[in-house]
Amino acid sequence: MRSFVSGTVRDVPPSGIRKFFDIASEMKDAISLGVGEPDFVTPWNIRESAIFSMERGYTHYTSNHGMLSLRELITEYLRTRYGISYDPQVQTVVTVGASEALDLAFRAIMEPGDEVLVPAPSYVSYMPGVTFAGGVPVPIETRVEDNFTITAGAIERVITSKTKAIVLPYPNNPTGAVMTREQLESIKDALIQHDLLVISDEIYSELTYGGQHVSVASLDGMYERTLVINGFSKAFAMTGFRLGYAAGPEDIIAAMVKIHQYSMLCASTMSQYAGEEALRYEMNTDFSQVSKMVKSYDMRRKYMYRALNDIGLEAFEPRGAFYIFPSIKSTGLSSEEFCFRLIDEKRVACVPGTAFGAAGEGFMRCSYASSMENLREAIKRIGEFVEECRK
Amino acid sequence: MMEQLKSDILDILESNAHIAPAEIAAMVDADEATVCSLIRQMEDDGVIIKYTVLANRQKLSEDDFAEALIEVKITPQRDYGYDDLAGRIYKYDEVQAVYLMAGAYDLAVRIKSRSMKDISKFVFEKLAVIDGVTSTITLFIMRKYKEDGVVLVGEDADERLVVSP
Repeated sequence: MRSFVSGTVRDVPPSGIRKFFDIASEMKDAISLGVGEPDFVTPWNIRESAIFSMERGYTHYTSNHGMLSLRELITEYLRTRYGISYDPQVQTVVTVGASEALDLAFRAIMEPGDEVLVPAPSYVSYMPGVTFAGGVPVPIETRVEDNFTITAGAIERVITSKTKAIVLPYPNNPTGAVMTREQLESIKDALIQHDLLVISDEIYSELTYGGQHVSVASLDGMYERTLVINGFSKAFAMTGFRLGYAAGPEDIIAAMVKIHQYSMLCASTMSQYAGEEALRYEMNTDFSQVSKMVKSYDMRRKYMYRALNDIGLEAFEPRGAFYIFPSIKSTGLSSEEFCFRLIDEKRVACVPGTAFGAAGEGFMRCSYASSMENLREAIKRIGEFVEECRK
Repeated sequence: MMEQLKSDILDILESNAHIAPAEIAAMVDADEATVCSLIRQMEDDGVIIKYTVLANRQKLSEDDFAEALIEVKITPQRDYGYDDLAGRIYKYDEVQAVYLMAGAYDLAVRIKSRSMKDISKFVFEKLAVIDGVTSTITLFIMRKYKEDGVVLVGEDADERLVVSP
């Protein structure tokens, strides 16, 4: 019998994370710094509103765009928090996680062979997402010397006549890098000159430390060519609700809604009610729960930054998300070797930098969305391991 | 700046008074000597009163422990208001806490003793007979679900996948 699986899908390599997950989940006594989601449970008021919605029988489809009341809250949030204004009727769509929004974006814009620039290292879904949509992902290597940000020079080096869009994933998973207003300004001319669409994945926007998140869409001249993608998973610890959204130019949103209505119909209704509660409550209380979580992450971020450097793993200071990305080059091991031996010999799970693209070689991702007790013990064990490597 | 640092240090100590100064220093991005001196200063100023333990005694199989909340109505006194009567109550060793309340009663009194019987005895022998106390309602604590922001019942297992993107 012939193989029924498409060649495009077959040729995309499996996620490097998956491989590591299989090993780590076998080891019950391991401390995991490999988790890419908040360690907080969703705040109770948000969970309760999902329960209420079910009790009241709000269990039907919603508009393809998502409930208008939710879209109005989303646009109010984007306007007051990041200074970007959208028409809730036609400029935003509620999706099944920010992941669906990304997938819709790629499918909505792609002609076969179109190239999309994707910073590396970065989140594992961008490259395959572009490929599945019929495009060609082109990595832009970001370097620790540039604080893992994108520079105009790096864009110029990879641009071709086929380049259509660029993914801007800041605050960044796995590096923890952010791009400041000045850094965004410095690449703006290149983006405009080459007439690129910016797909700005701002899912970690609330988790920014020592400064406010700046959306690239708020820069002069960028609003028209930016699609903002965000969601509820990271800011409100709602990963399992699968709720995200996109906001941007009317024609792109319309195209995304067309795909969404034929594939997903709408995001889960209970999740949409939960999302309303999250935004309404936080906007009414000066982001009380979010700031509590951010403060807690920030203390652990500072602890990890100092502790990793102290045990001899040089780390760049992350300014966003909940990851730190230390260099493991001084041990002489490759990222994979380091992480596989670390879990095997010391029972600490970190993700090899190469799981986020070849540019991640020489680094590993540690998530500090874990208790101080776990972080302290993990640091102790990683310290022992580094010591042993150097002998 | 220093006030913010103090407040951050307190946040950390309130969640775990056992934590090493070096670790606190890393978490607030200050040097260890500064953290130590700020802690000492807060101890001297009475901001930090003492270091204590949040215990869940329900996990011990002791049967000689009881706790109650007592709603006390009192007649405030000329010149002293509520303070004098509150003082007569909070001086007892059994009394863990006394708060002046707005609402249906005046003082909320938390009391700890060896048994419900001891607490009852304290209420009718000591508390109810104080001049100016007009009524008491004793509410025995049967089970603690949450104390000082910490849930005491059930295990909160980490439900997350060990590794995720």
